[in-house]
Amino acid sequence: MKNPAGYRRGTPGVHPRYDHPSYISTHKRAPRQAPMRLDHTLSEITGPRFSREILAPGDDDLTHFDGGEALGERIVVTGRVLDEDGRAIPDTMIEIWQANAAGRYAHAADRHEAPLDPHFAGIGRVITDDRGAYRFMSVKPGAYPWRNHHNAWRPNHIHFSLFGPGFATRLITQMYFPGDPLLALDPIFNSVDDRSARERLIATFDIELTIPEYALGYRFDFVLRGRDATPALN
Amino acid sequence: MSPVQTPSQTIGPFFKPALIRSGQESLVTPKSRGERITIEGRVLDGDSAPVGDAMIELWQANADGRYDHPDDSQEKLLDPDFHGFGRAATDEGGCFRFDTIKPGAVPGIGIVLQAPHINVSIFARGLLKRLVTRIYFPDDPLNATDAVLNAVAPERRATLVARIEQPGVLRFDIVLQGENETVFFDV
Repeated sequence: MKNPAGYRRGTPGVHPRYDHPSYISTHKRAPRQAPMRLDHTLSEITGPRFSREILAPGDDDLTHFDGGEALGERIVVTGRVLDEDGRAIPDTMIEIWQANAAGRYAHAADRHEAPLDPHFAGIGRVITDDRGAYRFMSVKPGAYPWRNHHNAWRPNHIHFSLFGPGFATRLITQMYFPGDPLLALDPIFNSVDDRSARERLIATFDIELTIPEYALGYRFDFVLRGRDATPALN
Repeated sequence: MSPVQTPSQTIGPFFKPALIRSGQESLVTPKSRGERITIEGRVLDGDSAPVGDAMIELWQANADGRYDHPDDSQEKLLDPDFHGFGRAATDEGGCFRFDTIKPGAVPGIGIVLQAPHINVSIFARGLLKRLVTRIYFPDDPLNATDAVLNAVAPERRATLVARIEQPGVLRFDIVLQGENETVFFDV
């Protein structure tokens, strides 16, 4: 059997290093030893797949929960999951979580003294269509303090978890909003050294996606690793 | 010029309601083929303190050594009752647990078989991108010739091999930093 093609390595500076001194939680958690580079085998090239059957009605709409409507500025977020060659990645699951409009997560460990919203759980999931496209409704998450340093505030952000076609393409990331003054001060956002890669984390406001009288539209595309051109030979 | 990849960001501390569902820590049904095993372990930080807000994911081949994925075109049987993905969060003590089967051997680079192993992703607050490691099995004869195990410095190799806790129960601790730091991979 021929080995299928592996996935390309990222350009240096695109993904953060583990050790990032201004993000305090890295101090005791970042490994000290450099990770060992693995050539891709079936173990890295294959990965889990998920069927649309696992989706429930409303998984793509975070604006309604427990019989009522969430407070906050309604948004629609849409985009495509692509690889580095611009090819669509269909049928891949995207899991979504975020704080409510007041900047509070529906999570027992969140001690921020901002109100919970009984009609906002802040979780969702979608699976991309055959064009790699996804879309969901939500409310714009609030900023919140996080005690990393004096007067530290996380910029408005939405968390995303993606699988892509293989174990090697697994990605968890965060989407930010354009024009947020907290971005310049955020150690997590700024852990990405490469400026164009950092800017890939900021959604684009799009009046064409905006639903008149209802919700502001944002576009956010994900770019996962592309495949090596030539399969390794036996 | 190809578009730049979307960078990784930390999973943060608030992922559980969205990502953790009961049942995901079991990869098996009563009908899955293979030798049942439980894998338990702890995630520890550089102070040997438990990491109580980590997420662990497993990806593995079935008992015959085939991945449930279209890129695995080996002539081995798929198992309709085994898909190979599992996920669990650590508890306050940093502990996790999975019920699965021992995977069969899969090919490595070229025609050489790799020793049976489970691919592991670790996500947590303070990890700006996932960590990747592998769980190998004690006393497997293929360990001696496995290309990945042999590329690891001998004194660190043991961090990749689970220990037998009792029959059917394997222990695999993950040390993020410091003495006995687990070997992590750049995939």
